[in-house]
Amino acid sequence: MSTVDIEGAGERAGGDLLTTEHLLEVKDLYVEFHTRDGVAKVLNGVSYHLDAGETLAVLGESGSGKSVTAQTIMGILDMPPGVIAGGNVYFHGEELLSASAQRRRELRASGIAMVFQDALSALNPVFTVGFQIEEQLRMRRGMSRRDARKRAVELLELVKIPNAARRVRQYPHEFSGGMRQRAMIAMSLALDPEVLIADEPTTALDVTVQAQIMDLLKEIQVDRRMGMILITHDLGVVAEVADRIAVMYAGRIVEQADAASLYRNPGHPYTLALLDSLPRLDQRGQTLNTIKGLPPSLLNIPSGCPFNPRCTRAQDVCRTEVPAAVEIGLGRLSRCHFAEEVVSGG
Amino acid sequence: MADAEIDHTDDPQQADVRPAAPQVDDHYVPAPVSDPIMQVRDLTKHFPVKVGVLFKRTVGHVKAVDGISFDLQRGETLGVVGESGCGKSTLAQVLMNLEKPTGGSALFEGKNIFDMHGAEMRRLRRNIQIVLQDPYTSLNPRMTVGDIVGEPFEIHTEVAPKGDRQKKVQELLDVVGLNPEHINRYPHQFSGGQRQRIGIARALALRPKVIICDEPVSALDVSIQAQVMNLLGDLQDEFGLSYIFIAHDLSVVRHLSDRVAVMYLGKIVEIGTEEQIYERPTHPYTQALLSAVPVADPAVRGQRQIIRLEGDVPSPVDPPSGCRFRTRCWKAQEICAAEEPALVDRVAGHPSACHFAEEKSVVP
Repeated sequence: MSTVDIEGAGERAGGDLLTTEHLLEVKDLYVEFHTRDGVAKVLNGVSYHLDAGETLAVLGESGSGKSVTAQTIMGILDMPPGVIAGGNVYFHGEELLSASAQRRRELRASGIAMVFQDALSALNPVFTVGFQIEEQLRMRRGMSRRDARKRAVELLELVKIPNAARRVRQYPHEFSGGMRQRAMIAMSLALDPEVLIADEPTTALDVTVQAQIMDLLKEIQVDRRMGMILITHDLGVVAEVADRIAVMYAGRIVEQADAASLYRNPGHPYTLALLDSLPRLDQRGQTLNTIKGLPPSLLNIPSGCPFNPRCTRAQDVCRTEVPAAVEIGLGRLSRCHFAEEVVSGG
Repeated sequence: MADAEIDHTDDPQQADVRPAAPQVDDHYVPAPVSDPIMQVRDLTKHFPVKVGVLFKRTVGHVKAVDGISFDLQRGETLGVVGESGCGKSTLAQVLMNLEKPTGGSALFEGKNIFDMHGAEMRRLRRNIQIVLQDPYTSLNPRMTVGDIVGEPFEIHTEVAPKGDRQKKVQELLDVVGLNPEHINRYPHQFSGGQRQRIGIARALALRPKVIICDEPVSALDVSIQAQVMNLLGDLQDEFGLSYIFIAHDLSVVRHLSDRVAVMYLGKIVEIGTEEQIYERPTHPYTQALLSAVPVADPAVRGQRQIIRLEGDVPSPVDPPSGCRFRTRCWKAQEICAAEEPALVDRVAGHPSACHFAEEKSVVP
C-alpha cells in the first residue's frame, strides 16, 4: 500500500506543509462494497482537496470511483453494501466521517450541496418545483411560506428560468430536461453552500443545453467564490471549465494536475491513452487509438499498477508493485513507475 | 464576382467540381448519385396526440419526422445528427419499417419498402439491419449469446442450414472481436462494450447491405467507444456495408461519416459532405451545434467563439411557423416566420434550409 499522500505536493508547492487548511479535503479514503460475489474495492486511497473559488474536475470512466467519493463526502453512501474502510474527509478542518448524524445534516444544509446527473429522478414528482426549493428554506432558515416562495422565485431567476413566478408552481414533469437541471441547481444553491459537487450535471443533456448549463455553473461558482467539484467522464467539458483535474482509475487518483498541463503534457499513460482515443471534431480520423482491454473488475483488481494489463509500457515492476504518487512538476502528481518518462514524452 | 479579393472560399476547387443540386420548385431533391442503395423521399411520420379516457379524440400530431429526403450510396456512411426530440430515432424506426410512415417513400434498390408485404418484406429485412443504443436492454437476458446472434437464422433458414449455425455464430463472434468460445454465455457476463459487439454481430448475421446504427456508442465509456467505432469502420471495409449513423455526438459522427445530415424538429436543415458540414456550415443551427461542442484543449478556452442558443427546442406538436429554428435563431427576420426556407443549395455548394445561409467556420 502506498503511503504517499497524492496531494502533498500541492501543499509543499505552497510552501506551507502543516498549517494549510483547505476548504474541503479528502484524505486516503478507502471504500469497499460487500456484495454477494465478494468484496469490491471501490476506493483505494483517494486524496484530493478543494479551495474556495476553484473548480476541481474529477475525471474517470464508469466504475472508477468518482461518484462514490462524492457520495462519501456528502454522507449519502449506501451502507450497506458500502463500508468506509479508512480515511478522512475534512470540511474547514472538521472531520466529517466521525461527525454525528445531526452535525452532518447541518453541514449538508449549508456547507456542501450536490447536483445530480438525472434531474428527473432526483426531483420528487409529486411536489411542485417551488415546494422542493422552499422546503429547505423553511426548515433550515425558518422562513415563512411567503418569504420562501419569494426566495424560490429569485433562485429560479438566478438560474435563468423564464417566467419564474409561474414556473415555481409547476411540477418537474412540466419542465424540459435543461430546465430541470436548472431547477436542481437552484435547489442546491438555496442555502448558499460553500462547496458544490456536480455529479455529471450535463451528461443527460444536449450539447447546446450543456453549454448553457456549464456557463451557468461556472458563472455562479465565480460570483460566489464557491468551490466546485465537477465529476464527469467528458474530456471536452473538463477542458472548458476545470482549474485542476484529478484522473481516477480503479478507485485511485492516477494523475493530478492543472488543466493546461494535463492536456498539453499528460503524466500518466492512462491519461495519455484517453486523450489519444478521442474522436476529434476538427478532423476526420482513420483509425482511433484505443486502450486495449477493459477496466478491471473491482472484485479482482490486478496486482501492482491496476492499469498494467492495458498499458503499452508495462514492465515487470508494474505487475508487482503499486506505484506511489510521484511529483512530476509544480502541483502535479502521477501514480506511474515511469511517470518521468511519460511526462517528458519518452 | 470576378474580384479575387472577395473570394474567401477555403477550397474553391472543391466548390467548383460539385454538381449543383437540381432545384425543383423549392423542393429538395438530392443530387443524383451514381449508385444509390436507398432513396428516401418526403418521408413523414406523425404520431397522433390523444386525450380522453373512453372516447379518445386526436387533438394534434407530434411531427416527429416531417418531410425528409436523402440518398444513401452503396458503401457510404451517412451521419445523422441532431438533439433529442429532433426525430432521428423515429427516422431509424421508420426506415426499419417498424413504424408505418404517414407519408413519403423509401426505395431500397429501386423498390419502395413501404409497399412490401409477406415474403418480399422478409427478404428486405435481411438487407437492412439495426444496431441499437443501449446494449443493456437490447439483448434478451434469458438467451445465450449463441441464441441471440443465431436467432436471425431461425427466421431466415436459407442463410444458414441448421447443422451449420453454431459454426456461423462463432465466425460472427470472431469477426466482431469476441471469443467464439463464449457462445454459451449470457449477456450479463459481458461488459457494455462487449454487449454492443454482440448487438453488431446479430445485425451482421444475415449479411445485410445497410445497417442503421442508432446511437451505437453513446452508452459506452471513452476508451471502449473508440474500440467499437474502429470495429464499425473495419466491418464497413470488409463487407462493403452502407451505414446510416445516428448520433448526437458530433465528433463521433465526423469520425465515421462520409456525408452528414443535420436535423432539427423533424426536418433536415443542412446536408453535405463531412467536410462541407464541419468546415463550411451555412445553417445557423449547424453552426451553433458545432460551436457548442466542448473542445478537449484548455489552451483554446475563452478563445473560441461559442454561439449560445437561448431556450429549449420547441414542442414538435406545435412547431413554429416558417423556419422551425427561428425562435432560437439570432438571424431571424420577418420572412423566417412567414416562409419556410427550402433545403436548397444557397451559398456553399451544399443544401441548407436557411433564408440567410452564409458560410462560417466555427470548428477551431
